[in-house]
Amino acid sequence: MRTHGTLARIPHSVMTASNIVVDGLTKSFHVAERRAGALGATVGLFRRRRRTIEALKGISFRLADGELLGLIGPNGAGKSTTIKILCGILEPSAGHCEVGGLVPWRERIRHVARIGAVFGQRTQLWWDLPVIESFELLRDIYRVPQARYRTTMDALISMLDLQRLLDTPVRQLSLGQRMRCEIAAAMLHEPRVLFLDEPTIGLDAVAKLAVRDFVKTLNRERGVTVILTTHDMHDVEALAERVIVIGNGSILADGSLSALRRGALAERRLLVFFANDIAPTEIPGASVRRWEGRSAELSFDPRVTSAHGLIAHVTSRFDVEDVHLDEPPIEEVIARFYALHAIDA
Amino acid sequence: MTSLRLYGRYVAVSLRSQMQYPGAFIATSIGAFAATVVDFVALWALFARFRQIEGWRFHEIALFYGVVSVAFAIADTLTRGFDIFGPQFVKTGDFDRLLVRPRTTVLQLLGYEFRATRIGRLAQGMVAWAVGMQLASVDWGWSAWATLLFAVAGGVALFSGILILQATLAFWTVESLEIANTLTYGGIEAAQYPLDIYVRWFRNFLTFVVPLGCVTYFPVAAALGRAERTGVPEWLLSLTPVSGFLFLAASLWVWGFGVRHYTSTGS
Amino acid sequence: MSTALRPYQAVFRARFSLLMQYRAAALAGFGTQCWWGAIKIMVLAAFFRGAGATPMTLRQAIDYIWLAQALLTLLPWSVDPDVARMVRSGDVGYDRLRPLDTYGFWYARAVARRTATPLLRAIPMVLTAGLLLPLLGLSEWALSPPAGWNAALLFAVSLVLVVALAAAVSTLMEIITVAALSERGVNMIMGGVVIVFSGNLIPLPLLPDWLQPFLQLQPFAGLLDTPLRIYSGLFSGSDAVIALGRQALWVMVLAAIGRAAMARVMARLQAQGG
Repeated sequence: MRTHGTLARIPHSVMTASNIVVDGLTKSFHVAERRAGALGATVGLFRRRRRTIEALKGISFRLADGELLGLIGPNGAGKSTTIKILCGILEPSAGHCEVGGLVPWRERIRHVARIGAVFGQRTQLWWDLPVIESFELLRDIYRVPQARYRTTMDALISMLDLQRLLDTPVRQLSLGQRMRCEIAAAMLHEPRVLFLDEPTIGLDAVAKLAVRDFVKTLNRERGVTVILTTHDMHDVEALAERVIVIGNGSILADGSLSALRRGALAERRLLVFFANDIAPTEIPGASVRRWEGRSAELSFDPRVTSAHGLIAHVTSRFDVEDVHLDEPPIEEVIARFYALHAIDA
Repeated sequence: MTSLRLYGRYVAVSLRSQMQYPGAFIATSIGAFAATVVDFVALWALFARFRQIEGWRFHEIALFYGVVSVAFAIADTLTRGFDIFGPQFVKTGDFDRLLVRPRTTVLQLLGYEFRATRIGRLAQGMVAWAVGMQLASVDWGWSAWATLLFAVAGGVALFSGILILQATLAFWTVESLEIANTLTYGGIEAAQYPLDIYVRWFRNFLTFVVPLGCVTYFPVAAALGRAERTGVPEWLLSLTPVSGFLFLAASLWVWGFGVRHYTSTGS
Repeated sequence: MSTALRPYQAVFRARFSLLMQYRAAALAGFGTQCWWGAIKIMVLAAFFRGAGATPMTLRQAIDYIWLAQALLTLLPWSVDPDVARMVRSGDVGYDRLRPLDTYGFWYARAVARRTATPLLRAIPMVLTAGLLLPLLGLSEWALSPPAGWNAALLFAVSLVLVVALAAAVSTLMEIITVAALSERGVNMIMGGVVIVFSGNLIPLPLLPDWLQPFLQLQPFAGLLDTPLRIYSGLFSGSDAVIALGRQALWVMVLAAIGRAAMARVMARLQAQGG
């Protein structure tokens, strides 16, 4: 386990609370429609048709200091819209929202000085400059005192292993390297709240682990409130204790991941490895997903059949070499959840 | 760090970035100078044939041209961020990046790039200015200089305001409209000549709507001692560049309006 | 015959649709040109007011300026951005793979570029300057009709030659870009040169008298000055025919130079590996 520099936990009494309150947030967009064909295009010079898209239909939730929230949902569900409103970049059509006592879009500059944001696809760094210069420019933009900057930077550099990257221009970094720098950049002014929008997209396995590790440390050890949007369910599994699922502009679920799992897909899987070839057989209390001579995959509802009982039954009937108990992959759980709520993923 | 110091940082960073390619930098600067020389050719050719325009001589026009050219060159250098605002920030959604930082969008856009290659136009403007001053039979005391410099300051404010207005349009149309070219390059074209050669309505337009006349014709006429041609008392003439600053203030107000529109409709 | 024209028709239609989509940009560009023309005319009118004898009347100068604005997009004052991109990315060699005469192909492309957009940009300009202004009671500033049927006919012929000449100049510029591996130098020089020597900046007749013989002989006069002088009657009869002859001559000379240069440049590219 790496030592993590000198980032201390900031006492709550010193910093203002970062409670996030969201109440009935609604947002509609008006989109002009393009007409097809040459005639349509000419008509479009004079009259444009407008369509209303309801991106958010009144969502509400509360986030306490130091929580780590995973925000998931299919594309177009309203995740990005929610994040943008919380960052202060977008104004809602209706509803109320506060972050640490400030209304984000009304007091943009004050609010934004206290949050950090990483947008997966876009970079906050200066493309042609060495990484360290981006950091220094951000230090000036965020008005971080030099001494604090030094301390924070030292800790971030060691935690994210950035020492060798500091003098490289951002455009020459690999995606994984760049993402580590982005996260450091988002944290160098010590915000209380961190928004991560698809932070692991396009990263290789090693980089993903590094990012998850860092975010977990930030949250658990420093008490930074984190809101994470992602399509990668393993991110969610690794990090989020609390998950909110957004679909079609509404909140479909708000709770722990295990509760979500139980609600959507009450299923566990038993993988059995036999000593010799066995023909497919019916097993009471379980359904057979796959049976290939030497191995079989069974699925069962843990509310109906106990894992213990099933294992005992199988091992008594057949010559079993090994068993493996598992849950369905999280993607399947989520897909099932979407299907249950009839939203297109 | 205060906004002014931060801007200084931005400029230093931008210059260092441009100097990484010295060859290209020099080539572009020379190119800019060469391109603007064409303007001067037009001026010279016309005077070679016509000798004078409604009682105004070549060197006087050269001075009008020099002052407005210098002002535009400086404004052009400062406002690159607004120049490419539409395609670079609105279309890509990169404007969000600016909104997430605890500084005004105007400061960040001013700091986006300090376009030093405009030095070509600046040099050419200064040459015209020098030629005009040299050939004029005027005593160039400190009050005349103060008037001219105030005119340049007002001109920088006015041209910056025009370019900021053009950028503001991008909030609605997304594509970068070239419409400000009518007022910037067209403005130089029109304002290098004394306003009294134009019809009344155009003269008024250039005085009260887009006050180009207030940052060239009026103050420079005062400096040249030709105040009587303008029909305006001399003390007032030297103060007219103030309207450039008023225009800039109005542009910034409209810009704020545009930012509000962006945050309420999203990208 | 129609199959040969179809690609041009397609390009034309695509351009038209694209223009209509970016309606704001189209309008803005047009507005700029109107403004530009208006300012030039106002300034010239002021100059003319105090002048004695002039090589062209104010009316002729006004027509010249409006038409110069209308035909601006025909002028080859910068390298085709597609070609510039190809040169920078190194894809130029691929053109040799096509079963076509390379110069002919590039030339045809240059011609195509000069018929779709310029046609569209010219029409609103001519309509505004020719019809709208008189309707607004501003006939002294308006574009007047050609100086007779002969003039109109010869003007049309001259316009065709303008397209041919502009394409030849443009193709030559592209070849130089390939040779230089960058469009920067060409763009820097050609912009100014073409604008001045075609008569776009100032009507050529108004430039100093001692320059006139040279101005008439140089190739860029055929890009704008020649058709515009024919239109206003400044060149009539034999003068006009001689001017047309000069236009045609320059087309052939520049095309010949272009062909030869193309062959050399492509040969060198092949030797270097394309």
